[in-house]
Amino acid sequence: MSEEDVSKKNAKLARMLLLVAVGMFGFGYALVPIYDVLCEWKWIERDRPDDIKKAPEVAYKVDMSREITIEFMTTLNESTPMEFRAEKKQLIVHPGEYHTVNYYAKNKTDKLMVARAIASFSPAVISSFFEKIQCFCFDEQTFQPNEAKTMPMRFVINPELPEQYKTITLSYTFFDITEKSVKK
Amino acid sequence: MSAVVAEHDDHHADEHHDHGPAKGLLRWIITTNHKDIGTLYLLFALAMFFVGGTMAMIIRAELFEPGLQFVDPAFFNSMTTMHALVMVFGAVMPAFVGLANWQIPLMIGAPDMALPRMNNMSFWLLVAGVLLLASTLFLETGAPNAGWTFYPPLVLQPITVGKAMPFAVFAVHLLGISSIMGAINIIATIFNMRAPTMKMMDMPLFVWTWLITAFLLIAVMPVFAGAVTMLLTDKFFHTSFFNAAGGGDPVLYQHIFWFFGHPEVYIMILPTFGVASTIIPVFARKPLFGYSSMVWATGSIAFFSFIVWAHHMFTVGMPIAGTPMLFSIAFVVLFTMGGFTGLMMAIAPADFQYHDTYFIVAHFHYTLVPASIFILMAAGYFWLPKWTGHMYNEKIGQLHFWLSAISVNVLFFPQHFLGLAGMPRRIPDYAVQFADWNMVSSIGGFIFGASQLLFLYIVIDTIKGGTGEKVTNEVWEDASKHSLEWTLPSPVPYHTWTTPPLLVPTEHVLDSH
Repeated sequence: MSEEDVSKKNAKLARMLLLVAVGMFGFGYALVPIYDVLCEWKWIERDRPDDIKKAPEVAYKVDMSREITIEFMTTLNESTPMEFRAEKKQLIVHPGEYHTVNYYAKNKTDKLMVARAIASFSPAVISSFFEKIQCFCFDEQTFQPNEAKTMPMRFVINPELPEQYKTITLSYTFFDITEKSVKK
Repeated sequence: MSAVVAEHDDHHADEHHDHGPAKGLLRWIITTNHKDIGTLYLLFALAMFFVGGTMAMIIRAELFEPGLQFVDPAFFNSMTTMHALVMVFGAVMPAFVGLANWQIPLMIGAPDMALPRMNNMSFWLLVAGVLLLASTLFLETGAPNAGWTFYPPLVLQPITVGKAMPFAVFAVHLLGISSIMGAINIIATIFNMRAPTMKMMDMPLFVWTWLITAFLLIAVMPVFAGAVTMLLTDKFFHTSFFNAAGGGDPVLYQHIFWFFGHPEVYIMILPTFGVASTIIPVFARKPLFGYSSMVWATGSIAFFSFIVWAHHMFTVGMPIAGTPMLFSIAFVVLFTMGGFTGLMMAIAPADFQYHDTYFIVAHFHYTLVPASIFILMAAGYFWLPKWTGHMYNEKIGQLHFWLSAISVNVLFFPQHFLGLAGMPRRIPDYAVQFADWNMVSSIGGFIFGASQLLFLYIVIDTIKGGTGEKVTNEVWEDASKHSLEWTLPSPVPYHTWTTPPLLVPTEHVLDSH
């Protein structure tokens, strides 16, 4: 094989491999929808705002023998110009008892703001036993310029909660999604 | 290796290509010679090994005692992040590319790499990428400090990242392009440039492992580049791949990242297997056991095949033990340990205890330091005499080995205990009950770090003339039975295999087919 043939072969192979590399870059992006599809098959549980369901108000038998401490945390992500806090730092409840906790939030800007609260539980397995009947986190919240709101969250702890859990931390983070909802 | 040279008219070839390297420093910038580029890669990797090593020393100094002594927590986190990035992308991967540049053409009878100009570009893009990354150390907000894995949401928060994040992302892009071009070059060289009589199954195992590694690189580096690009657009262009508020999911990043991250560990270990499979048979004076099954095993990345092969190597007996062999044996033993701790993590319920603790740190350092790093050292000792024509100082080499092999265990073994006791990784301070083992680990770390200066001394000394002993073409007894490069003169001439070598099957090649 002459030198020229070899360098032609090399260039051809290099082009093909380059195409594979570019294709794999695209595959990285294709993983995004693939991930969504796999998650919808329910193999993988995950909390998404859309998945948060309003629970029906069921009359549970209150378990007076157990006390659960619930800690309420509030966080803002760095680009959300708000004030945000829970009226209580913590609450001691019996499983099966209904409680309402109020959250206070204020838009600190002179503009209309749309925000969304995302919940996070610690320990994470708690989320399926923590049933919310009413919550500001079910919907996007619209704030007029400088508007302050008091928003309720009504919940019950399912008495089937395993014995070992004595303290639950519920954290809400408010995200400013004005730009995205305006586009819609 | 399975073939020897029957005829090779060296003098004839040299007469036609009597021009040596260009004069002056410009040679190193514009060179397209695979040996020059291999040397550049290896020296750059060695330099980065010391840069990354210095960062590790800072980490161990801070962890020597409980409390905050030397650095503030943000800088500490920058050090863990940068140590990982520099060692993985600046030291280990380039060192193996350097070995590939030097050895693949020599081993398959090719005059040079298939795409020499692209080869030059790969190297200089690597330098540009690493410099871009290192430049973040001088930003007022400091270098990236959210961990080398760039996990969101942490990596997207200004408090942890400052201005460094886009620099790190573009550095990853450059390093990725460099690796992909290097990989394309290696594949093209192996497929198209072999001596006409050399079949795929005649190739030394080092060449095979690199071929498979190159395909892995092409498959996963672009995915990593894509993942960090998504981070970049999330941060600056309001996309929401990983942003929960916009319907994204931070966990998605971890899935994409580990699509790259898991093969990445094979990228760093497969060439290690290749080098070990090259050195051990030469010193064992036996042909490699089960060559073709090793090729298939490597192809299927079967870890247990590797242990089986190591076991067979032990039983054949090893009459000589030079420094390359010592490092190779230490690799087999210590890497197996790293493998076992890996098996422990694969037990999902138990992993809850190990997750994000020093147990993980101990595990992956056992698989990286005594494996990839030791084998790179072994490769240095093994081929330096061939490349330079000078013998290294065996006494200092053995001292380097024993100091390294002992201190690496003093350094990382106690970290298993710390991790099981619950010490988290990436934290500059710790509870007092962790104090004793941390001090032991730090002392081991300082000895290990200092011992590597011996290696630096040996490399420089050998390049300058070493012991003065003139080495033979074979360097190691009967090495030419294993692989082609030992039939060339020592030091290897600037241009080699301008006429392809003729191969004659040996007993071994008949055995293995």
